[in-house]
Amino acid sequence: MEEVPHLQSSKNHSQFLAFLRKEFRHVLRDRKTLLILFGLPIVQILIFGFALTNEVKNSKIIIVDYARDAASQQITNKIDASNYFEIEKSIIDYKQIDAAFKKGEIKMAIVFPENFNEELLHTNATQLQVIVDASDPNTANTLTNYITSILYDYEAAQNKTLSIPYRIIPETKFLYNPQLKGAPNFVPGVMALVLMLVCVMMTAISIVKEKETGTMEILLVSPFRPILVIFSKAVPYLLLSLINVTIIILLSVFVLDIPVNGSVILLFAESTLFIITCLSLGILISIKTNSQQIAMLISLMGMLLPTILFSGFMFPIENMPWPLQMISNAIPAKWYYIIVKSIMIKGLGFLSVWKETLVLFGITLFFLIVSLKSFKIRLA
Amino acid sequence: MRTIKFLLQKEFRQIFRNKAIIAIIVVMPVLQLLILPLAADYEVKNINISIVDHDHSSYSQKLISKISASQYFNLAGYNTDFKEAFQLIEKDKADLILEIPAGFERNLIRENEQKLFIAVNAINGVKANLGGAYLGNLIRDYNNDIRLQWLQPARLNDAPVINITSSNWFNPLLNYRVFMVPGILAILVTMVGGFLSALNIVKEKEVGTIEQINVTPIKKHHFILGKLIPFWILGNVVFTLGLIVSWVVYGIVPLGSFVVLYSFITLYLLAILGFGLLISTFCDSQQQAMFIMFFFMMIFILMGGLFTSIDSMPDWAQVVTKFNPVAYLIDVMRMVILKGSGFADIKNQLLIISAFAIVLNSWAILNYKKTS
Repeated sequence: MEEVPHLQSSKNHSQFLAFLRKEFRHVLRDRKTLLILFGLPIVQILIFGFALTNEVKNSKIIIVDYARDAASQQITNKIDASNYFEIEKSIIDYKQIDAAFKKGEIKMAIVFPENFNEELLHTNATQLQVIVDASDPNTANTLTNYITSILYDYEAAQNKTLSIPYRIIPETKFLYNPQLKGAPNFVPGVMALVLMLVCVMMTAISIVKEKETGTMEILLVSPFRPILVIFSKAVPYLLLSLINVTIIILLSVFVLDIPVNGSVILLFAESTLFIITCLSLGILISIKTNSQQIAMLISLMGMLLPTILFSGFMFPIENMPWPLQMISNAIPAKWYYIIVKSIMIKGLGFLSVWKETLVLFGITLFFLIVSLKSFKIRLA
Repeated sequence: MRTIKFLLQKEFRQIFRNKAIIAIIVVMPVLQLLILPLAADYEVKNINISIVDHDHSSYSQKLISKISASQYFNLAGYNTDFKEAFQLIEKDKADLILEIPAGFERNLIRENEQKLFIAVNAINGVKANLGGAYLGNLIRDYNNDIRLQWLQPARLNDAPVINITSSNWFNPLLNYRVFMVPGILAILVTMVGGFLSALNIVKEKEVGTIEQINVTPIKKHHFILGKLIPFWILGNVVFTLGLIVSWVVYGIVPLGSFVVLYSFITLYLLAILGFGLLISTFCDSQQQAMFIMFFFMMIFILMGGLFTSIDSMPDWAQVVTKFNPVAYLIDVMRMVILKGSGFADIKNQLLIISAFAIVLNSWAILNYKKTS
């Protein structure tokens, strides 16, 4: 009597392996998708790491110099020398400013009034007019700040002999990311996004595809336990995702120079948890839907967009109105993003992320229970 | 002509039969335009600051009340110890720490000079940069207040001062939504057009109906045109819906003329639909088409200058954006809607996008083979 369940389980075991082999062949056969699967994280890391910077630099500006004196020349040279600005051209006609803005050639115009230097020397005060293209408010603010500090430098250089009384000198230190690179913010986000994409969308679509083409019925009438048919579909994607995580981490360490400050093992453990969350969501979607297009729509509109929106890596959650902030709590990627950022960038340990881990665990459990409840052996 | 007419009839019937597509066309513009601009608010405000006060003087109190009165900063913590404040940063409860050293008031008055320490959580570069700058401005202001207390203001300035008057054109209230809505509208049109057209031919391949078309005397360009025209019309409908939503909800009315806007959009739609159809002719399954389209969309959108300005990108990336149709659309949308640019201003973009449309569509026709 003892041996029968054992035999049964070993038989189940080899059946499971056979199913796995089938699934792996399915996945590996589609070369174009595989290429994209591994190309996507690489391209994203490179774009985020090198192409996108939050820094505002090389902004094209126009200088309208009515003064043409020593001071205006010196300031112009100072502006030209900084790599924040690129002087597009110097013009004399005020009206040309509007045309240049409308063509999108420039972001800023600086107007030196007549007698700029004279007023500065005689009355110790003069005006400088700065016009910014404020269609992008942040860039406008930053550019105005840059110009202000260039002018402060210029004034300070003029007044070397004068000592300024009661001076407060702020000393600023940038933590975690002294060069203000975009990458430390984006790498954890890219990880969440890629995993979400591979696990939810690919899994859901590949299961529904078997329903659509009718092969699902053949699988379900096999002597293998039906729910395991579904789970064996998820395994190849689990492995592919782990490889993707490894690639992303290697790229960020060796190409972007962003080291993993915390424990690598913890990072992988948390990633595996998140992958399982996504896979169970993919399975849930596939159980509830019958056509590939619907499955795609749900995973794209229902999951992918919210992930980009609410995980916090692209859009600041704290600026959103509170209903949206509430929604963001239900998005698994948000919690994973916080975890990865804490471990990878801040170098914190498990004690600082156990709450987030617990939330992810709860969400996973919820998806799995709902999937098991709604799974039916018979197709409609 | 008759062939195309019948093909169009077939395509429209198929499109309107599919409830999912109707849902995308109506729901997506409304939803995206309602939620995305709310979410994509990069305006830096609500900076959480934690203050470590070692001085406890009336001067440090004044500085603190000046900071907490400012609209940009929230006082997240008032600690006596730097370590406690740092824990707030680790937990993301604070973005900035301002440390006021002991003897701040005394040294400032006796020695004429005193330092303040600021530590910024710089994982988010924009916030760190602007937050640091705002705090710097506040401290400079505060510094001037103190000077005024101690010094008799002179009739003329004792040191030369350049006053900057800055004016913000095209968006004087610095409203972030005004900037985002035209860009999001551009993404919307691109997504609807790109995905629908990419999935279309490949579905006929997967279901097998393409064989039936292949054995008929329908010409290749007839077939592609038959696929192109319905989505082109739908794209224009989606764009119009988007314009209406942004007018009703955000009160954004294009400064430029509608003629300019629509002539660009119609050309652009031809280009992006051609791209979708091209991908569709390359792929064998909907899953593949979806995934490949997603790959390109991701690159197009990220490199399109929606969130980060193209001027700040390194040279090689700027070259890449020259081949990105979405970058031209985002650019033109913002120019026409916010600045009121006319045909002369967007001449280059119009020429380039027409070239895209011609190349991509001819490629799709060439790549579609009636024999397998």
